[in-house]
Amino acid sequence: MAIGVKVMKRPGARVSYVRATLQGMALTLQHLFRPKVTMQYPEEKSSRDWALSPRWRGTHRMLTDEQGRAKCVACGLCPQICPANCIKLVPGEDEEGNRYPLIYEIDEFRCVFCGYCQEVCPEEAIHVGVHYENSEFSRDRFVYDLERLCAQTHPVSTLWDPSDPKGE
Amino acid sequence: MSFFLVASIIKIVVVFTVIMVGVALLTLAERRICAWMQDRLGPNRVGPQGLLQPAADGLKNLVKEETLPAQADKALFMLAPAMSFIPALLAFAVIPFAAPLPTPWGDVDMVVANLPVGFLYILAFGSLGVYGIVLAGWSSNNKYSLLGGLRASAQMISYEIAMGMSTVAVLLLMGNVTLTDVIARQARSLFTWNVFPLSLAYFIFIVAAFAETNRLPFDLPEAEGELIAGYHTEYSAMKFSMFYIAEYANMVTASALMTTLFFGGWDIPFTSWDNTPPWTTLKTLATLAMFTAKVICFLFLYIWVRWTLPRFRYDQLMALGWKVMLPLALTYLTVIATAIWFLHDALGWTYDTRFALALFALNLLLAMPLFFVLDRGRIVAGSVAEA
Repeated sequence: MAIGVKVMKRPGARVSYVRATLQGMALTLQHLFRPKVTMQYPEEKSSRDWALSPRWRGTHRMLTDEQGRAKCVACGLCPQICPANCIKLVPGEDEEGNRYPLIYEIDEFRCVFCGYCQEVCPEEAIHVGVHYENSEFSRDRFVYDLERLCAQTHPVSTLWDPSDPKGE
Repeated sequence: MSFFLVASIIKIVVVFTVIMVGVALLTLAERRICAWMQDRLGPNRVGPQGLLQPAADGLKNLVKEETLPAQADKALFMLAPAMSFIPALLAFAVIPFAAPLPTPWGDVDMVVANLPVGFLYILAFGSLGVYGIVLAGWSSNNKYSLLGGLRASAQMISYEIAMGMSTVAVLLLMGNVTLTDVIARQARSLFTWNVFPLSLAYFIFIVAAFAETNRLPFDLPEAEGELIAGYHTEYSAMKFSMFYIAEYANMVTASALMTTLFFGGWDIPFTSWDNTPPWTTLKTLATLAMFTAKVICFLFLYIWVRWTLPRFRYDQLMALGWKVMLPLALTYLTVIATAIWFLHDALGWTYDTRFALALFALNLLLAMPLFFVLDRGRIVAGSVAEA
């Protein structure tokens, strides 16, 4: 023997080939008739056994007030905390002294979906969403502007709550 | 004469079409059944229940790029898929698939070519199939392909011997190699189906048939884990598809052969209505349905075994072929020949149900120690002899 292959001794008395084969065939035959676990995706997006987690962090959504304006006060905390530097914010101020975002853009390709922007937001304006269907035909469509962020309707993430780590 | 020609051409076209469509559906059946066994659904998007999936696959293969490796032996590389595809389809020509069909110009045998040497013809063309695989492996100029081709040749030659030996038992009992006669002799009752008097021959035959068709647990020529698909690594598009069709056509032929040799062919059990003249169209259709049902059962067995058992190691495969199957087939042949001589010549029995049952009892007696040894035996031992 040129190379040192270690050969395990098989316990002859406990060896079984024919029975093991038949057992295996019986098992696969049982599985043939079991209910299937496949979810038929485009038609079926959640099942009894599986649904998207409420803590899922997907593409953003900007919440609006009763007049349909973005809740954002352009405080600048979200671009400050964003680790991917994907939020572009240019603040403006109206004649009453209320701050509002002149430009608010999120580059969803740069975003790492950490959810810090939602955590840091004092007005509960920007949120990450429970959402995952984001296909577009061009790359520049992935820079979401304020109008687009306000128009999103998907549910927002509940994020992880340190006082309730298991989400109960 | 002209009627014979016309009838033959019609039969060729119909059988060819049915086999090609059957092979297409079989690829779908394989994928769906394997999915079901793994608690999945499988391809069900194209057409109702995925029935048009093979058409989509075929279309894809037609428009894909044909690749030709720079260092390949071009002539043989092009020839190899045809070399494995054609024998796979040719073998079906001698298999009778229904009772004769009455027409105004006389009865038509429901077999493409009712050759007197029918069974030998199948063995001959079955062996030809290996050329396609070996040439594919060699001409690709790829070491994995070459290994796959070499494995295929060694494996198919080894198991062909056991297969041939197991069928000699059938020929001994039937006294004929013409498949129509083999069916006629089996059709007397349920117990004269060869699977009863020759159960062990059937066992050897089915194991060898799995090896001959390169199906798991004997799919070493294309072992994807070790040989990255072996002999068809370098093939793409329709040339790859032809190997694929050949594999499934071989399965269909092997299933049809098992049906014919061991399960009474198109014979419907428990009645002699189907195999006695006068022939009617209804009898032809009923026997055709019976034949199809039997073949489908074997095809299902093929798929079932493939998605249950793991692959043998190469030396285990060779050991099983030469050290177990071949001596077993030879011994069995000796025993069964002696038994037939004893029953036929010494006791003077003619071949009927009693004769078959006596042989069946003998088979059961032989099967018990055999399966005990196979079960406890050390067939799948370590790769090195213990010092």
